[in-house]
Amino acid sequence: MEGVEKIEHVHGHHVDPVVEYQSLKFGMWLFIATELLLFGGLFAAYTIFRAKFPEMFAEQHLELNKTLGALNTAVLILSSLTMALGVTSIQRGKPKRLALFLLLTILLGLAFGVNKYFEYSAKFHHHIYPGTSIFFSLYFTMTGLHMLHVFAGMALLTTMLVLTLRGRFSDKYYTPVEVSGLYWHLVDLIWIYLFPLLYLIA
Amino acid sequence: MANHTIAETITIPYLEEKGLLSWLTSTDHKRISIMYLLSISTFFVLAGISALLLRFELLMPGKTIVDAHTYNVLFTFHGAVMVFLFIVPGLAASFGNFLIPLMIGARDVAFPRLNLMSYWIYLLGALIILISLSKPADTGWTFYTPYSIRTGTDVILLTFGIFVLGFSSILTGLNFIVTIHKLRAPGMTWHRLPLFIWASYATAILQVLATPVIAISLLLLIAERVFGIGFFDPAKGGDPILFQHFFWFYSHPAVYIMIIPAMGVISEVIPVFSRKPIFGYKAIAYSSLAIALISFFVWAHHMFVSGMSEVAATIFSFLTFLVAIPTAIKVFNWTATLYKGSIDLKSPMLYALSFIFLFTIGGLTGVFLGALAADVHLHDTYFVVAHMHYVMIGGTIMGFFAALHFWYPKMTGKMFNEKVAKIAWAFVFIGFNVTFFPQFILGTQGMPRRYADYPPQFHSLNELSSIGSWILGIGMFVMAINLLRGLFNGEKAPQNPFNSLSLEWQVPSPPPHENFEEIPHVTDWTYGYGKKSA
Ligand code: HEM
Ligand SMILES: [Cu+2]
Repeated sequence: MEGVEKIEHVHGHHVDPVVEYQSLKFGMWLFIATELLLFGGLFAAYTIFRAKFPEMFAEQHLELNKTLGALNTAVLILSSLTMALGVTSIQRGKPKRLALFLLLTILLGLAFGVNKYFEYSAKFHHHIYPGTSIFFSLYFTMTGLHMLHVFAGMALLTTMLVLTLRGRFSDKYYTPVEVSGLYWHLVDLIWIYLFPLLYLIA
Repeated sequence: MANHTIAETITIPYLEEKGLLSWLTSTDHKRISIMYLLSISTFFVLAGISALLLRFELLMPGKTIVDAHTYNVLFTFHGAVMVFLFIVPGLAASFGNFLIPLMIGARDVAFPRLNLMSYWIYLLGALIILISLSKPADTGWTFYTPYSIRTGTDVILLTFGIFVLGFSSILTGLNFIVTIHKLRAPGMTWHRLPLFIWASYATAILQVLATPVIAISLLLLIAERVFGIGFFDPAKGGDPILFQHFFWFYSHPAVYIMIIPAMGVISEVIPVFSRKPIFGYKAIAYSSLAIALISFFVWAHHMFVSGMSEVAATIFSFLTFLVAIPTAIKVFNWTATLYKGSIDLKSPMLYALSFIFLFTIGGLTGVFLGALAADVHLHDTYFVVAHMHYVMIGGTIMGFFAALHFWYPKMTGKMFNEKVAKIAWAFVFIGFNVTFFPQFILGTQGMPRRYADYPPQFHSLNELSSIGSWILGIGMFVMAINLLRGLFNGEKAPQNPFNSLSLEWQVPSPPPHENFEEIPHVTDWTYGYGKKSA
């Protein structure tokens, strides 16, 4: 690192790569904090309503399909693994393997979505909608908002895949991949909390 | 830009390139700052006009110009636009963007493209809010349930617009935090940072940590209206008070998002125009962080009469008193800086002194409201309206005007007419007090807020308040004309007309694209006034 004085002029901008790496990572952590707070509001609502209506939660959660839920949990955990393997590959300078793992991760995200689609359809089929009860409202808002985040993550990873195929990343430069990976792990983590809270109420 | 060599782009003034597109696509933090400044000022004028209409309706008892529903629409528009499109983005997005890189000795913010994106998102949010005006909401800026669920007006679009604005706010805050951490020039240690930077840092933390909560509250409100999820609907087992908790969990910290940058401005202006080092640097710096922290634990002081246990109310009341401590620390330190200084009453200083005086009134009346026994009577009266305007106009907007006059030469490269600026200030100061002081009295007499009409015994004070609003309006109009005229007829501004020691004044007015020809090496804090040549 030559310090801040040596300036490279790219598109009117110029930051030391080390500073850029640290900045992006720091920025993503801050963004992850905002996401946790966003869901924090929902977790707060969950806590309040579960305390208020314990029987409703105990009874109605039985309607949820535990098998599909568990399957989706496995799918997401697996996708976090493939994501991590992707990052390791590019750190070792293997962009082709990165592309493969990114593709796998995206496909697993897609599998999660398809699974969710069947779950929602089954609910609608039984005339269960958001608004049917507080419990189902929570179920739909929490999983729905999470689903939106899965889509956002998939869009991000698709961008990374395109950039990888265009040869933008190497073992010298992979910050965006790593940072996108962080985001994907967050999406995964939130589901790990949602699953027991909604499907596995004792 | 591609055709210029590095040396050239470094010396081209940032205002040089003309054409709307060159502005809308520029990632230069200074250009983005100017775009925010113009946008928020436009919304300030729109919301200000609606305020004048509100005050005109209240000039006398009975219907004056608008019916009750239109009145509700007007105060909703006024509040929502002033809060979400003007004062929350406000100083942070405009002056923060301009000053942070310059003050810390950087060439730009950490993520310039994200910065531009934040501005576009702001525009998108603003557009959605404007579209919602085809069936304008009548809920007040606080959107309390259950009314906001039931009203036939377009609450969904308005709240969705605010939701979108939240992204802009979060991304700006995130950008500033990373910038301040990572891009400080060599030697610019934390304890050498200008206090405006400390203030911006505290504000950015609040933006990042509080905004997601309003985002989820508004999403849930929208889901309530679209799907009837029932969280806030007692008929479905939900709880309307829950919405108030969510709303204020953001909106109380948000009042500090509004005021802390203005406090930062005051900390910059006071030393320059009293030629003395700032007194109590660390106390001012850390009190910003203290305010930010405490502000997360006082939200329920807006809800003392909404239904809450006495224990909870007492705790929140106590915590509210706590917030006054770091606030008072700042006021004491500014006053101590003034003590025995050689005070130069230029227009920025006049606004800064007005801030100290008016904000103190606003802050102290906040403490009255934080006291349970007093708030039971004063809640939802004009006393609260007067309090919030003393802190928001008397505080934030005075700080905003101080900033406008102080950094105008740097931003525009021109000087405005100082005499006219002082006249405008006099109108603003007098008009403000004539408008809002009577409202404290009206509040203690029991006049409720948010009504289009009032019984005759409140007439004379309301009349006085409405007349005050005209004086205030004239003052702001004269100020605007003066500043606009300066752009065309003003003298060329020197590099450092007010003899400030801060880094932004050590570059040309207006600064070049890349800010610094060479990144400076900082060896001292920026407040060494009254010694040597300074
Ligand atoms: C010493 C600091 C402050 C204290 C102790 C304080 C206290 C309070 C309390 C207790 C209320 C609720 C009154 C009620 O509804 O019954 C209130 C309302 C309000 N305050 Fe403050 N405040 C302080 C500073 C500020 C600042 C700096 C701002 C903004 C820049 C602000 C803006 C507001 C607004 C907008 C409301 C009214 C919200 C509404 O109901 O529409 N306050 N304040
Ligand atoms: Cu408050």
